[in-house]
Parts: sequence; structure tokens; C-alpha cells
Amino acid sequence: MSKQNDIRYLNPPTVEAKKKKYCRFKKSGIKYIDYKDPDFLLKFVNEQGKLLPRRLTGTSLKFQRKVAQAVKRSRHLALMPYVADLLK
Amino acid sequence: MSKRYETVFILTPVLSDDQAKEAAKKFKKTITDLGGKIVNEEHWGLRKLAYPIQKKTTGFYQLFEFSGEGEEIIGNLEVAYKRDERILRFLTVALDKHAVAYADKRKGKVAEAKTKKKENAA
Repeated sequence: MSKQNDIRYLNPPTVEAKKKKYCRFKKSGIKYIDYKDPDFLLKFVNEQGKLLPRRLTGTSLKFQRKVAQAVKRSRHLALMPYVADLLK
Repeated sequence: MSKRYETVFILTPVLSDDQAKEAAKKFKKTITDLGGKIVNEEHWGLRKLAYPIQKKTTGFYQLFEFSGEGEEIIGNLEVAYKRDERILRFLTVALDKHAVAYADKRKGKVAEAKTKKKENAA
């Protein structure tokens, strides 16, 4: 048993300090998310044009709702696709 | 208290540039006739659609920002949209205070770009 506990690393294992996520809207003081700007909204969808979850983008709940609303409006006006592949 | 609204619609690409402007003018008149006050308008020209609508892949985009009172104006405007076969898609939204601030800023920017263009041309 003691042998198993005796694992020695050649190099000390590097534990990366996790970068703290932040809400970009709160940080930069954006109050309104424009549905007419598809290039900006592209940051919040994946290659298939689906909305990215908050846990990946770090957006706060308040602004995630606004992002979702803006993306949906943008899709309705054919500024963004409902379905796509290789969007990026 | 009057509210600020923003409406965007897509016209079919079958029209010529002049016809598209004509149609936009018609809807501008509809808004003013219904008691709305035009605050800003933008003609985005012929744009590619992200997906085909009624088998069209392009369309003329037109934006109007207006202030008005009561819900009837929106209802009547949307009925007018639905009755017109040239309209592929439309969207009308009420602007909250942040949106109004954003729209005013945008308006300033668009006007600035226009004057700059004129200066460059002159």
C-alpha cells in the first residue's frame, strides 16, 4: 500500500490557476444588446448557430436573457441562421 | 407618455431600387398617418439573407424608428405589412430606456458617417 502512495513526479505537477470568468457586459458597461449587429452576436453561438451556455461564456443571467432575445430577433430577420454548420 | 418603437422589414428583391424606396415611402406614410412620428430611418439596401425566405436569398432591409401612442398604431402597421405582398419579413419592437440611448447614439454615428462621406466626395 505504501508503494502506491509513493508516486513521485519527475516534474512537479502544474496546477493551472483557473481564470476567473466575468460578464463582458457588466465589465464594459454595455446596457443594450442590439439584434441588428449579427457580427457581435456571433460570439455567443457555436458553429451550428446554437446559443452558447452561460457556463462557457461567463455572461451573467441578466445579460444572457438579453443575448438570447437579441439572437432570436436576429434570426427572425434572417440576419443570423436558425441552423447552420461551419458558421465560424 | 409616448413610446419609442423600432420596426425593420425586408422587401422582396424582385423590386428595383426605386420601387423598394417607393415601398419604404409608402410605409413611412402609413406610420405618420397612424399618428407616429418618425425619429430615424435607415435603408440598408440589398442584403443577403441568412436563410431563404419564400425562395428568395436576398432582400431590401428598411428600418424605421418612430414614437407613438397606444397599441393601435402597431396593430394597424402590422396589418398593413401582412397585406402587402412585397414584405418578406417584419419585426417591430418597443425600445426601453437603454435601447433608446443606444438608438440615439447609433443615429448620431450614422449621421456622422454620412457627413464624412459628403466631405470626402466634395
